[in-house]
Amino acid sequence: MWGWEQLYFNIKDGFLEAIVRGHRGGLLTVPDYNNLTQCEALDDIKLNLTATDYGAYLANEASPLYTSTIVDKCTQKLVDDWNNMRCQADETLAKFLDFCTYGHMIDNVVLIVTGTLHERDVQELLDKCHPLGMFDSIATLAVAANMRELYRLVLVDTPLAPYFSENLTHEDLDEMNIEIMRNTLYKAYLDDFAAFCGKLGGTTAEVMSDLLAFEADRRALNITLNSIGTELTRDDRKKLYSNFGLLYPHGHNELSIAEDFDQIRAAMEKVPAYANVFNKLGYGEAQMLDKLLYEEEVKRCCACFEQQFHYGVFYAYMKLREQEIRNIMWVSECVAQDQKARINDGIVFLF
Amino acid sequence: MEGTLLHPGFFLLAPLAIASFCFMVGVGSSDRFIDWPYLWLLFRNISPYFWAVMGVALCVGTSILGAAWGIFVTGSSLVGAAIRVPRITSKNLISIIFCEAVAIYGVIVAIILQTKLENITRKQGLFTKGNMAAGYAIFGAGLTCGFSNLVCGMCVGIVGSSCALSDAQNSTLFVKILVVEIFGSALGLFGVIVGIIMAGSQGFARVA
Repeated sequence: MWGWEQLYFNIKDGFLEAIVRGHRGGLLTVPDYNNLTQCEALDDIKLNLTATDYGAYLANEASPLYTSTIVDKCTQKLVDDWNNMRCQADETLAKFLDFCTYGHMIDNVVLIVTGTLHERDVQELLDKCHPLGMFDSIATLAVAANMRELYRLVLVDTPLAPYFSENLTHEDLDEMNIEIMRNTLYKAYLDDFAAFCGKLGGTTAEVMSDLLAFEADRRALNITLNSIGTELTRDDRKKLYSNFGLLYPHGHNELSIAEDFDQIRAAMEKVPAYANVFNKLGYGEAQMLDKLLYEEEVKRCCACFEQQFHYGVFYAYMKLREQEIRNIMWVSECVAQDQKARINDGIVFLF
Repeated sequence: MEGTLLHPGFFLLAPLAIASFCFMVGVGSSDRFIDWPYLWLLFRNISPYFWAVMGVALCVGTSILGAAWGIFVTGSSLVGAAIRVPRITSKNLISIIFCEAVAIYGVIVAIILQTKLENITRKQGLFTKGNMAAGYAIFGAGLTCGFSNLVCGMCVGIVGSSCALSDAQNSTLFVKILVVEIFGSALGLFGVIVGIIMAGSQGFARVA
């Protein structure tokens, strides 16, 4: 309700905003997680989940259940909800919803290209793709013999085309390490998404700039952490950082020259928002960082629901639902492997 | 291009501004750039009936615009939220009713104002001061009531939308947000009261 959106937002998008808030009301709460952690077998988990929003999806699963079945069905619920909203969305919202899924599309493309390079079966790869990131011609990715064909035949028709042509030439694609390609694409995607939200203006721009800035900074941090000790040069590392966010540009300079965890930590603590995250980490502990970052993301996504009449709630809903699916996966794995002692370590409570 | 530097309203205001400026410059004697005395003559010779009926039209028109605005803002959120939580529909119709009341205020004031439109005989083809005063007063009353109902309807609608969404999450919030809506709907009543006071003492047939 930053500008005057409260006057005209509901003309086109009021119905869908109310629907996504309804879905948010169905996310699992602390009592639900308590019930889940007390389960002894996967069948108990299925029983408990049937009482929640996932009821219709899990009710007809026959035992023996596997963790992957539970996770697949829960993801299917997210995909169905998302597609229901996407079908009814008007133009600007439809474009926004599509933007939210391009991250998954990039992951799918990279998965299929890597799998093809290692000569895996196409169908098996397609099954592993995230359903939110599918596009029509995805199966033909496996047919392309080299990167140039890949781009010319398949990718040029997808929404990912501008991310390829900006920074990568065909020669680059051939030589580039697959992870670097993924991160370059993701950087272009985040920059594009941030520019799109900025053009939308009003509350959407304000809320989304905050959420996307955190995403960009988190990716910068992960890129730095994963490239310590590898042969990625400083300049190459800096090229993978997005052009916005709290760390841009001075934090990026410091991160690109960091060589170990303590230097990274020093660079991140200069930003007050992330100093809080790092304060909760003892010295030398890098394992807890993932969970702390997830908690920070969840906190921001939940705060985003406190404003009305903006598109950020759709993005936040997708992130929260994915976190919930990760939680269910963790709980199911702990129960299946009988490791109940660590079950509460992996759950990021949403509320 | 739209939404960056050029607000869409610019495309309505700019032609109007240019047209009125050309009118003011072009009319009247060419001794002065803008012939103010002639423009004043034109203005004071506008019939009071014109002002009066404009007042009635604006009163009912803008009140109903405000009510409709409020109803669609609340209604779209209410329908979406009620899919998951059907119990909110009956209670949240109160928000819609508050918006509707705004339209009724406008209609009532318009009916009261239009009863003051009477036929009078003009002496020597001129309107008396009382006639002019009546015309202006009815215009002003209609404008007051209309615009305050416009913003009241928008206000109640926006709060009603938030009320529906919060009620869906937590049913104890409904009554508390309803209090905010009640205060909002009082705004329309203020306009009605002032409008009726302004026009109450006037009438075309009254003597000065």
